[in-house]
Amino acid sequence: MRSSSAGHARASLGLKIAAIGGLLFLHVPLALILLYAFTTEDKSYQFPPPGLTLQWFAVAWERQDIWDAIGLSARVALTSTAIALVLGTLAGAAIHRSRFFGRETVSLLIILPIALPGIITGISLRSAFNLAEIPFSFWTIVLGHATFCVVVVYNNALARLRRTSGSLVEASMDLGANGLQTLRYVVLPNIATALLAGGMLAFALSFDEVIVTTFTAGQQTTLPIWMLSELVRPRQRPVTNVVAVFVIAVTFIPIVVAYYVTRGTEHVAGAGK
Amino acid sequence: MAAAVTFESVSHHFAHVRAVDRVSFEVVDGEFFSMLGPSGSGKTTCLRLIAGFERPQSGTILLHGAAAAHLPPFERDVNTVFQDYALFPHMNVMGNVAYGLMVRGVTRTEREQRAGEMLALVKLDGLADRRPGQLSGGQRQRVALARALINHPRVLLLDEPLGALDLKLREQMQIELKDLQRRLRITFIYVTHDQEEALSMSDRLAVFNEGRIEQIGTPEQIYEHPANRFVAGFVGVSNVLPPAVAKQLAGTSAAVSIRPERIRLSEQQPAAEQTHCRIEGTLVDSQYHGAATRLRVALPAGGELTVVRQNQRSRTGEPAISPGAQVWLSWHREDMQVLGDGA
Amino acid sequence: MSTAFAYERSGGMGRRVSTWLYLHPWFLLLLLLAPPLLWLGIVYLGSLFSLLLQSFFSVDEFSGLVVREFTLSTYGELFSAANIDIIVRTASMAAAVTVAAAIIAFPIAYYAARYAGAKAKAVFYLAVMLPLWSSYLVRVYAWKLILAKEGILNWFFAKLHMTWLLDALLATPVIGGTSLSVSYIGTFLVFVYIWLPYMILPLQAALERVPPSVLDASQDLGAHAGQTFRYVILPLALPGMVAGSIFTFSLTLGDYIIPGIVGSSRLFIGQAVFLHQGTAGNIPMAAAFSVVPIVIMGIYLTVAKRLGAFDAL
Repeated sequence: MRSSSAGHARASLGLKIAAIGGLLFLHVPLALILLYAFTTEDKSYQFPPPGLTLQWFAVAWERQDIWDAIGLSARVALTSTAIALVLGTLAGAAIHRSRFFGRETVSLLIILPIALPGIITGISLRSAFNLAEIPFSFWTIVLGHATFCVVVVYNNALARLRRTSGSLVEASMDLGANGLQTLRYVVLPNIATALLAGGMLAFALSFDEVIVTTFTAGQQTTLPIWMLSELVRPRQRPVTNVVAVFVIAVTFIPIVVAYYVTRGTEHVAGAGK
Repeated sequence: MAAAVTFESVSHHFAHVRAVDRVSFEVVDGEFFSMLGPSGSGKTTCLRLIAGFERPQSGTILLHGAAAAHLPPFERDVNTVFQDYALFPHMNVMGNVAYGLMVRGVTRTEREQRAGEMLALVKLDGLADRRPGQLSGGQRQRVALARALINHPRVLLLDEPLGALDLKLREQMQIELKDLQRRLRITFIYVTHDQEEALSMSDRLAVFNEGRIEQIGTPEQIYEHPANRFVAGFVGVSNVLPPAVAKQLAGTSAAVSIRPERIRLSEQQPAAEQTHCRIEGTLVDSQYHGAATRLRVALPAGGELTVVRQNQRSRTGEPAISPGAQVWLSWHREDMQVLGDGA
Repeated sequence: MSTAFAYERSGGMGRRVSTWLYLHPWFLLLLLLAPPLLWLGIVYLGSLFSLLLQSFFSVDEFSGLVVREFTLSTYGELFSAANIDIIVRTASMAAAVTVAAAIIAFPIAYYAARYAGAKAKAVFYLAVMLPLWSSYLVRVYAWKLILAKEGILNWFFAKLHMTWLLDALLATPVIGGTSLSVSYIGTFLVFVYIWLPYMILPLQAALERVPPSVLDASQDLGAHAGQTFRYVILPLALPGMVAGSIFTFSLTLGDYIIPGIVGSSRLFIGQAVFLHQGTAGNIPMAAAFSVVPIVIMGIYLTVAKRLGAFDAL
């Protein structure tokens, strides 16, 4: 289908302009952030910038509060990703291997945390912590993040399992491998890249999550919460710009890696953030 | 002779569909046994029950006389060649073939040597380092075969193994498979929907329909003496005589079948013979198939009969009979087969 | 007998466990399902339930403390005129954002699905994926830069001598305001920008499934481009569009950060929830308010399912 459609017809000029215009709309704002990280103007968002400088990178580097926020975000993202990898893979395997009563309900339950607005997850968790009198901590943040990261791993794992011939597992058992050997020699090698991609995306998702986090963090400051407070009450605008560039870089890398490790096998990695 | 596989009133259903319905049969040790039937007839489910991928809801399955219901696939002396080959895409050919030995803890040197022998057996020497994705369909098929044989199973299950190959390759593989089975003396259980394949390769075959076995027998028995209308229609082409004609020629109100190639067609009325019966009809059309010509003849009492005539050299140059011509059909009375089920 | 060659199976423990699981397949299923179900059941459903529970509590007017007794008074308050305003405002915004996102997404998705070669397709895909997964806050922040009085948009209009156009737009009642960054137009722009990728991906997936031969057939039967679009492409793309709209609609309904940073001071549902639970300390009211998007989404998902949107996800 691809090859026949490629040489099939040329896109009209209007369509081309609309498509490219749409992509520019998505990317020009990000490019602007990059530009503003170098501006010499620190009181307003003046355009064009009166001059360019690298000094804000040095200033940001010295700021302990930023390093603390990055550290907390990274630890939360790593922990949440680890939990999501285990839970998402198990759920994907269960949904894939059997048709049991309530299967639809289970898959709905996994998707629900992203199908409903983030604020619902946030306020729900907060009200639950409140009712159960659980104090806010590192773990209350992780609880929220892992919940919505499960679906990312689940989607990737399930998509790969569906594309992997079901008879591979049977072939392995047929040749004398028991369940554990089949898991180790056949199942895991075949879904490894899908899990890597799912894990990368879960990390990116958790690293910059803010909507749920504001409800579950208490007084702790993750990087997005730090940014939010700068957005509401700007202190040193160019430093915020530098951090924004850093966040873009940190989230872009796992996304590109996730894309390349699953390329050609599936295009579903993002089909349900 | 000992039984390799025994089914005693085995039933298996998926959700509400009864895939296998109280099926009983026995596969003799060392024979080439085929399970033939249309898709959804239960033949593949029977194969999966033997391999252990499914567990029967009722009935008994014996492997070499021992109950097998509680044995998972990895505890059975049975190996499978899958329809889609199911080669492990992340391993090369050597890894695939040696897999059965690896999971049994055989040392690397020994399993590579044994896998090499297996690859030689299926004529794939020199391809050990290739990935499944780099192989042709026929080569993949041979890898799947070598992989399944390396554990020296007592029974080899083959699930439509030639279905994905083109005609030429399929015919060649049919010969090789049969040859391999004779040399190794392993029981082959072969699932196919291709009746010609089943007839030409099998020692015995079972014809499946709607989860039941319609008939079990040698290819000759199945072809010459189909037990019922389904078998007569599914295995080869068969004419079922119109009831009035059956009554007149065979003197029975049961269904009567006659194979197209047993009917002689002539433009003149043949001489009356005690052993033969004859009937007049009108040629409807004829299709030239190279080796043979297939003709359709309408009977005055209604209904049509199909006739197959070999295109022998003596007939070249003869003017073809044109549709609408009156023709005579005759056949030996013993070639008529009374079918078990009513007309 | 050919067993002379057969090798002994190894791995005693793994074998026994595997055999036991083979004989009791439901147990394996239970083993797989238990951890994710326990987590989601306790953490997520438990929280949702506690939220629902709290919406039936009320706040004592004098002490400001939550009274843990069943009452419908909080729901009674929810349907005050001011709150209905908030709900209508949010739902209208969500609808407008969804329609705009569909219009902007369509050419991108259509071009990528039908005309892009393998390489261009990869570029398109990454170009959509990167904003989708990358920082939400940073992308909102970018619009603060763009919409600022001294920012690029005003500069751009001034350069083109079109400032009058911008002023005319801002003079429009309701959607206008003193500047873009404090108007509904600003809020709308940011919403469309942030949720656009969620519309493109399912739409593109749906369009990829339309075989080119179907379009040829339509042309062959005499339809001109507009008719082919109206009667063939659009109906086939609709499930994808509905799938995308689930995201754009739901995400707009629940967002409280964007209208807080870019927009007028009039509240959206998300902000109301946030304020009630935060400064006001009225968790019951916040809970009751957040039931609104759940109900709206419930209705939306039911309709979407009827339209076959879940097959396009």
